[in-house]
Amino acid sequence: MTSSSQPVEESDAQESPITGNGDVVKARQAVRALAQQARLSLVDQTKLVTAASELARNTLSYGGGGTMRVSIVTRAGTTGVKAVFSDQGPGIPDVDLALTDGWSSGRGMGLGLSGARRLADEFTLESAPGRGTTVSVVKWAR
Amino acid sequence: MSERVPILKIGDVLLVSIQFDLEDQMVMDLQEDLSQRIVDTGAHGVVIDISALEIVDSFVGRMLASTAAISRVLGAETVVVGMRPAVAMTLVELGLSLGGVRTALNLEQGIGELRRSRRNGPVPR
Repeated sequence: MTSSSQPVEESDAQESPITGNGDVVKARQAVRALAQQARLSLVDQTKLVTAASELARNTLSYGGGGTMRVSIVTRAGTTGVKAVFSDQGPGIPDVDLALTDGWSSGRGMGLGLSGARRLADEFTLESAPGRGTTVSVVKWAR
Repeated sequence: MSERVPILKIGDVLLVSIQFDLEDQMVMDLQEDLSQRIVDTGAHGVVIDISALEIVDSFVGRMLASTAAISRVLGAETVVVGMRPAVAMTLVELGLSLGGVRTALNLEQGIGELRRSRRNGPVPR
Protein backbone atom coordinates (compact mmCIF):
# COMPACT_ATOMS: atom_id res chain seq x y z
CA MET A 1 0.00 0.00 0.00
CA THR A 2 1.24 3.44 -0.86
CA SER A 3 1.88 5.66 2.08
CA SER A 4 0.55 9.18 1.66
CA SER A 5 3.49 10.59 3.63
CA GLN A 6 6.00 9.58 0.92
CA PRO A 7 7.09 12.22 -1.58
CA VAL A 8 5.40 12.19 -4.97
CA GLU A 9 7.47 12.53 -8.13
CA GLU A 10 5.93 13.78 -11.32
CA SER A 11 6.86 13.17 -14.96
CA ASP A 12 5.49 13.38 -18.51
CA ALA A 13 3.33 16.35 -17.54
CA GLN A 14 1.28 17.95 -20.26
CA GLU A 15 -1.11 20.83 -20.06
CA SER A 16 -3.99 21.41 -22.43
CA PRO A 17 -6.73 24.00 -22.66
CA ILE A 18 -10.37 23.16 -22.01
CA THR A 19 -12.23 25.85 -23.84
CA GLY A 20 -14.60 23.96 -26.14
CA ASN A 21 -16.59 20.73 -26.46
CA GLY A 22 -13.84 19.09 -28.48
CA ASP A 23 -11.38 19.72 -25.66
CA VAL A 24 -13.38 17.45 -23.34
CA VAL A 25 -12.83 14.63 -25.84
CA LYS A 26 -9.11 15.54 -26.09
CA ALA A 27 -8.82 15.60 -22.29
CA ARG A 28 -10.25 12.08 -22.12
CA GLN A 29 -7.76 10.91 -24.76
CA ALA A 30 -4.79 12.51 -23.01
CA VAL A 31 -5.72 10.91 -19.68
CA ARG A 32 -6.31 7.54 -21.34
CA ALA A 33 -2.85 7.65 -23.00
CA LEU A 34 -1.06 8.28 -19.70
CA ALA A 35 -3.23 5.74 -17.87
CA GLN A 36 -2.08 3.12 -20.37
CA GLN A 37 1.51 4.28 -20.04
CA ALA A 38 1.23 3.96 -16.25
CA ARG A 39 -0.17 0.44 -16.74
CA LEU A 40 -3.40 1.03 -14.90
CA SER A 41 -5.81 -1.89 -15.24
CA LEU A 42 -8.55 -1.50 -17.81
CA VAL A 43 -11.16 -0.89 -15.12
CA ASP A 44 -8.98 1.73 -13.42
CA GLN A 45 -8.26 3.40 -16.76
CA THR A 46 -11.99 3.54 -17.42
CA LYS A 47 -12.70 4.98 -13.98
CA LEU A 48 -10.02 7.65 -14.29
CA VAL A 49 -11.00 8.65 -17.82
CA THR A 50 -14.64 8.87 -16.74
CA ALA A 51 -13.72 11.03 -13.73
CA ALA A 52 -11.64 13.24 -16.03
CA SER A 53 -14.54 13.58 -18.42
CA GLU A 54 -16.83 14.77 -15.61
CA LEU A 55 -14.25 17.25 -14.35
CA ALA A 56 -13.36 18.55 -17.82
CA ARG A 57 -17.03 19.20 -18.50
CA ASN A 58 -17.37 21.02 -15.16
CA THR A 59 -14.35 23.16 -16.04
CA LEU A 60 -16.02 24.05 -19.31
CA SER A 61 -19.62 24.56 -18.25
CA TYR A 62 -19.27 25.92 -14.73
CA GLY A 63 -15.77 27.38 -14.75
CA GLY A 64 -16.16 29.02 -18.15
CA GLY A 65 -13.15 27.09 -19.47
CA GLY A 66 -9.71 26.44 -18.07
CA THR A 67 -6.89 23.94 -18.31
CA MET A 68 -6.11 20.33 -17.57
CA ARG A 69 -2.67 19.23 -16.47
CA VAL A 70 -2.09 15.51 -16.59
CA SER A 71 1.05 13.69 -15.44
CA ILE A 72 2.50 10.37 -14.38
CA VAL A 73 3.15 10.29 -10.64
CA THR A 74 5.24 7.87 -8.60
CA ARG A 75 5.25 7.41 -4.86
CA ALA A 76 7.12 4.71 -2.97
CA GLY A 77 7.57 2.69 -6.15
CA THR A 78 3.92 2.87 -7.15
CA THR A 79 2.91 4.56 -10.40
CA GLY A 80 -0.26 6.50 -11.01
CA VAL A 81 -1.81 9.23 -13.07
CA LYS A 82 -2.77 12.65 -11.80
CA ALA A 83 -5.11 15.04 -13.57
CA VAL A 84 -5.60 18.60 -12.37
CA PHE A 85 -8.41 20.80 -13.67
CA SER A 86 -8.22 24.55 -13.07
CA ASP A 87 -10.49 27.39 -13.99
CA GLN A 88 -10.81 31.04 -13.11
CA GLY A 89 -14.58 30.86 -12.95
CA PRO A 90 -17.01 31.95 -10.25
CA GLY A 91 -15.85 29.27 -7.80
CA ILE A 92 -17.97 27.06 -5.59
CA PRO A 93 -19.56 28.83 -2.60
CA ASP A 94 -20.31 25.65 -0.65
CA VAL A 95 -17.86 22.86 -1.44
CA ASP A 96 -19.47 20.34 0.91
CA LEU A 97 -22.83 20.88 -0.72
CA ALA A 98 -21.32 20.61 -4.21
CA LEU A 99 -19.87 17.22 -3.26
CA THR A 100 -23.25 15.86 -2.25
CA ASP A 101 -24.74 13.26 -4.58
CA GLY A 102 -27.59 14.71 -6.54
CA TRP A 103 -26.79 18.31 -5.76
CA SER A 104 -26.70 20.26 -8.96
CA SER A 105 -26.59 23.89 -9.93
CA GLY A 106 -29.21 23.03 -12.50
CA ARG A 107 -27.84 21.61 -15.72
CA GLY A 108 -26.52 18.20 -14.75
CA MET A 109 -27.54 15.29 -12.59
CA GLY A 110 -25.31 16.31 -9.74
CA LEU A 111 -23.04 13.32 -10.17
CA GLY A 112 -20.02 15.03 -11.70
CA LEU A 113 -17.99 16.04 -8.65
CA SER A 114 -19.21 13.39 -6.23
CA GLY A 115 -18.89 10.70 -8.90
CA ALA A 116 -15.37 11.78 -9.82
CA ARG A 117 -14.42 11.63 -6.17
CA ARG A 118 -15.69 8.06 -5.88
CA LEU A 119 -13.92 6.96 -9.07
CA ALA A 120 -10.52 8.35 -8.06
CA ASP A 121 -8.12 7.11 -5.38
CA GLU A 122 -7.29 10.64 -4.31
CA PHE A 123 -9.39 13.74 -4.77
CA THR A 124 -8.80 17.33 -3.77
CA LEU A 125 -10.90 20.38 -4.43
CA GLU A 126 -9.91 23.98 -3.84
CA SER A 127 -12.35 26.71 -4.56
CA ALA A 128 -13.51 30.06 -3.32
CA PRO A 129 -16.15 32.42 -4.66
CA GLY A 130 -14.62 34.62 -7.35
CA ARG A 131 -11.29 32.84 -7.30
CA GLY A 132 -11.90 29.84 -9.52
CA THR A 133 -11.76 26.14 -8.86
CA THR A 134 -8.99 23.55 -8.95
CA VAL A 135 -9.85 19.88 -8.73
CA SER A 136 -7.28 17.11 -8.82
CA VAL A 137 -7.69 13.35 -9.05
CA VAL A 138 -5.11 10.56 -8.81
CA LYS A 139 -5.50 6.91 -9.71
CA TRP A 140 -2.75 4.50 -8.67
CA ALA A 141 -1.76 1.31 -10.45
CA ARG A 142 -2.41 -1.74 -8.29
CA MET B 1 -22.83 21.64 -39.09
CA SER B 2 -21.22 19.04 -36.88
CA GLU B 3 -20.90 15.35 -37.68
CA ARG B 4 -23.99 13.22 -36.94
CA VAL B 5 -24.29 9.65 -35.75
CA PRO B 6 -26.05 7.57 -38.45
CA ILE B 7 -29.41 5.97 -37.62
CA LEU B 8 -30.21 2.81 -39.61
CA LYS B 9 -33.67 1.34 -40.09
CA ILE B 10 -34.12 -2.42 -40.15
CA GLY B 11 -37.77 -3.41 -40.36
CA ASP B 12 -39.51 -1.55 -37.55
CA VAL B 13 -36.32 -1.16 -35.52
CA LEU B 14 -33.92 1.77 -35.59
CA LEU B 15 -30.30 0.93 -35.01
CA VAL B 16 -27.79 3.42 -33.68
CA SER B 17 -24.22 2.24 -33.48
CA ILE B 18 -21.97 4.72 -31.73
CA GLN B 19 -18.54 4.10 -33.21
CA PHE B 20 -16.41 6.85 -31.73
CA ASP B 21 -16.00 9.09 -28.72
CA LEU B 22 -18.79 11.67 -28.96
CA GLU B 23 -18.65 15.35 -28.21
CA ASP B 24 -21.52 16.56 -26.05
CA GLN B 25 -23.12 18.41 -28.96
CA MET B 26 -23.19 15.21 -31.04
CA VAL B 27 -24.86 13.41 -28.15
CA MET B 28 -27.61 16.03 -28.06
CA ASP B 29 -27.96 15.99 -31.86
CA LEU B 30 -28.32 12.22 -31.78
CA GLN B 31 -31.18 12.41 -29.29
CA GLU B 32 -32.99 14.93 -31.46
CA ASP B 33 -32.39 13.00 -34.70
CA LEU B 34 -33.52 9.75 -33.13
CA SER B 35 -36.75 11.22 -31.76
CA GLN B 36 -37.54 12.60 -35.21
CA ARG B 37 -36.74 9.29 -36.93
CA ILE B 38 -39.05 7.40 -34.57
CA VAL B 39 -41.90 9.68 -35.52
CA ASP B 40 -41.03 9.64 -39.24
CA THR B 41 -40.71 5.85 -39.49
CA GLY B 42 -43.19 4.70 -36.84
CA ALA B 43 -40.46 2.43 -35.49
CA HIS B 44 -41.41 0.27 -32.53
CA GLY B 45 -37.93 -0.39 -31.29
CA VAL B 46 -34.57 1.33 -30.92
CA VAL B 47 -31.27 -0.44 -30.38
CA ILE B 48 -28.31 1.67 -29.28
CA ASP B 49 -25.03 -0.18 -29.64
CA ILE B 50 -22.36 1.25 -27.36
CA SER B 51 -19.83 -1.59 -27.69
CA ALA B 52 -17.25 0.78 -29.17
CA LEU B 53 -17.51 3.26 -26.29
CA GLU B 54 -14.56 3.18 -23.90
CA ILE B 55 -16.37 5.26 -21.33
CA VAL B 56 -19.91 6.37 -20.55
CA ASP B 57 -19.91 9.39 -18.30
CA SER B 58 -22.90 11.01 -16.60
CA PHE B 59 -23.66 13.10 -19.69
CA VAL B 60 -23.92 10.12 -22.03
CA GLY B 61 -25.60 8.05 -19.31
CA ARG B 62 -28.23 10.72 -18.88
CA MET B 63 -28.72 10.83 -22.65
CA LEU B 64 -29.30 7.06 -22.73
CA ALA B 65 -31.85 7.30 -19.92
CA SER B 66 -33.72 10.23 -21.42
CA THR B 67 -33.62 8.74 -24.92
CA ALA B 68 -35.26 5.58 -23.58
CA ALA B 69 -37.94 7.69 -21.89
CA ILE B 70 -38.55 9.86 -24.97
CA SER B 71 -38.75 6.81 -27.24
CA ARG B 72 -41.28 5.18 -24.94
CA VAL B 73 -43.46 8.25 -25.07
CA LEU B 74 -43.23 8.06 -28.86
CA GLY B 75 -44.22 4.40 -28.87
CA ALA B 76 -40.82 2.73 -29.24
CA GLU B 77 -38.90 0.56 -26.81
CA THR B 78 -35.15 1.17 -26.44
CA VAL B 79 -32.52 -1.42 -25.68
CA VAL B 80 -28.92 -0.39 -25.04
CA VAL B 81 -26.52 -3.15 -26.09
CA GLY B 82 -22.84 -3.97 -25.89
CA MET B 83 -21.78 -2.15 -22.75
CA ARG B 84 -18.23 -3.14 -21.81
CA PRO B 85 -17.80 -4.62 -18.33
CA ALA B 86 -15.37 -1.87 -17.23
CA VAL B 87 -17.90 0.73 -18.38
CA ALA B 88 -20.68 -0.96 -16.41
CA MET B 89 -18.54 -1.07 -13.25
CA THR B 90 -17.61 2.58 -13.66
CA LEU B 91 -21.16 3.75 -14.33
CA VAL B 92 -22.51 2.10 -11.21
CA GLU B 93 -19.71 3.53 -9.08
CA LEU B 94 -20.34 6.93 -10.62
CA GLY B 95 -23.88 6.64 -9.28
CA LEU B 96 -25.78 5.90 -12.48
CA SER B 97 -27.43 2.51 -12.56
CA LEU B 98 -29.60 3.27 -15.64
CA GLY B 99 -32.60 1.78 -13.87
CA GLY B 100 -35.07 2.83 -16.53
CA VAL B 101 -33.01 1.60 -19.47
CA ARG B 102 -33.33 -1.91 -20.87
CA THR B 103 -30.00 -3.45 -21.71
CA ALA B 104 -28.76 -6.56 -23.47
CA LEU B 105 -25.31 -8.02 -23.90
CA ASN B 106 -25.18 -7.72 -27.66
CA LEU B 107 -27.08 -6.67 -30.77
CA GLU B 108 -28.64 -10.09 -31.34
CA GLN B 109 -30.00 -10.31 -27.80
CA GLY B 110 -31.18 -6.71 -27.99
CA ILE B 111 -33.21 -7.36 -31.11
CA GLY B 112 -34.52 -10.56 -29.51
CA GLU B 113 -35.66 -8.52 -26.49
CA LEU B 114 -37.54 -6.11 -28.72
CA ARG B 115 -39.23 -8.95 -30.63
CA ARG B 116 -40.31 -10.56 -27.38
CA SER B 117 -41.75 -7.40 -25.91
CA ARG B 118 -43.50 -6.67 -29.22
CA ARG B 119 -45.20 -10.06 -29.01
CA ASN B 120 -46.05 -9.83 -25.33
CA GLY B 121 -46.82 -6.14 -25.20
CA PRO B 122 -44.58 -3.55 -23.59
CA VAL B 123 -42.93 -4.49 -20.34
CA PRO B 124 -44.15 -2.25 -17.52
CA ARG B 125 -41.39 -0.24 -15.89
